[in-house]
Amino acid sequence: MEYLLLIYADEKAWSTLSKDEVGQIMAAYGTYTQELIAAGVMRGGSELAPTPTATTVRVRNGKTLTTDGPFAETKEQLGGYYLIDVPNLDEAIKWAAKIPSAASGSVEIRPQVDNS
Amino acid sequence: MFARALDELHRRSGARLLAQLIRRIGRFDVAEDALQDAFARALATWPAQGTPANPEGWLMRVALNRAIDQLRHERLQLPDGEAVLAALECGVAELDVAGGDAHWPDERLKLIFTCCHPALAPAAQVALSLRTLCGLTTAEIARAFVEPEATTAQKLVRAQRKIAAARIPYAVPGAETLQERLATVLAVIYFVFNEGYAASASPALMRVDLCEEAIRLGDLLAELMPGEPEVLGLQALMAFHHARRATRSSPEGELVTLEAQDRARWDAGAIAAADAVLKRAIAMERPGPYQYQAAIAALHAKAACAEDTDWAQIAVLYRALQVHLDTPVIDLNAAVALAMAGHLEAGLARIDALERGGALARYHLLHAARADLLRRAGRPAEARAAYGRALTLVQNAAERAYLERRLAALPEPHAGAAHP
Repeated sequence: MEYLLLIYADEKAWSTLSKDEVGQIMAAYGTYTQELIAAGVMRGGSELAPTPTATTVRVRNGKTLTTDGPFAETKEQLGGYYLIDVPNLDEAIKWAAKIPSAASGSVEIRPQVDNS
Repeated sequence: MFARALDELHRRSGARLLAQLIRRIGRFDVAEDALQDAFARALATWPAQGTPANPEGWLMRVALNRAIDQLRHERLQLPDGEAVLAALECGVAELDVAGGDAHWPDERLKLIFTCCHPALAPAAQVALSLRTLCGLTTAEIARAFVEPEATTAQKLVRAQRKIAAARIPYAVPGAETLQERLATVLAVIYFVFNEGYAASASPALMRVDLCEEAIRLGDLLAELMPGEPEVLGLQALMAFHHARRATRSSPEGELVTLEAQDRARWDAGAIAAADAVLKRAIAMERPGPYQYQAAIAALHAKAACAEDTDWAQIAVLYRALQVHLDTPVIDLNAAVALAMAGHLEAGLARIDALERGGALARYHLLHAARADLLRRAGRPAEARAAYGRALTLVQNAAERAYLERRLAALPEPHAGAAHP
């Protein structure tokens, strides 16, 4: 079963980190990603550019409304994701807990709906 | 009459039948629906056709057939659907429910951990446990929590859907997460007990039925996990409290405090049994919050009279408990213990600090405890104000009546007293 792991963290805090600190976190993400691949559960994932680059689109009455910024202002912002394929929620929780940002931000686990 | 007999059957055998169904078909939601359907069909047909010789076997067969229908309906979702269905149909033919099930203890444990999965909302964990482990009906759960039946039903449906959609495993967690997950299970059981022990919105002080359901769950868990000291700690804790149940309210339904309870009417046998369980837990040398709380309850339960209570030791145990579990309510109890151990002013100062902290400012028991300590300190005017504050916040009718009596028992302020 595929689960999307949505990584939320405080962008502002991230932007204040030193180069060394950022390097350490990126290295931890590299190790984690390798672990996912080695376990054969990795289906995809990426870091996302921060919310100032976000654009929200709505179509109303046939008109496309485009606005600057994310859909909702929150304390923690979506900063990246992984898509993993594991047998059940406990496995997904185990992998989510290992994501480096889980220690400061949070990870939302969303099961994929199987419409096949 | 059939409805009551069926409710009884559901309580006695529901969890076992459900566990067996889940084991066969691997789907919590389908199993639960199928079993409910089987019970509904029993209610519709048994009155006319008579109760079958093997009611559980009948229910199991009907439920399994119903589950097979459902799975066939969804078979596109199962990669090897036809093979699974064929195996299940085979299973119906050779069904022997009456016979002993070697998997049963393990299955019950899986069911407990599934119902108390932390990915489910706490209220849903509680409702699902009472429904599937204790066999309470949705109406009974709704009554116990004073909420509309539709609300309970929706909680249950949502939980069952999440178990299916998020694929919450039907399994006992592995060693690396067992302690964390066990803590959730214990919290669910203790919550049920406390709801029964101090029903906040119910006119009666206690709803013994919920206490007894919690004790049943605790006993079951202790039987399944005899090597876990915290499980035994919770079992002992609930037993100590429950041993005093006959004396916690007067025949008129008024609250009687621990201090004023008739200790001769405490269940001495139950207290001795709880003490033995607690000793076994402590001997395992892995202390935890339930063991400390049970040890505190033990000191209360074993004091021959209120004056003999070893408050100094209780205050020490609260300090140890707070290392493991530090909530504002425990802090309040620790402050009371400190005051009762001879440090009245220090205890009052801690309660004042707690009130300023804000978390318990609207908790009636903080003000009731403060009032009682002020009374003991010979400060009736301040005690009066604190009882007044407690009375504006209390919800339970028996507790309200108690507070009103305590307020009335305070010495009357003299005319022209310095403090109005």
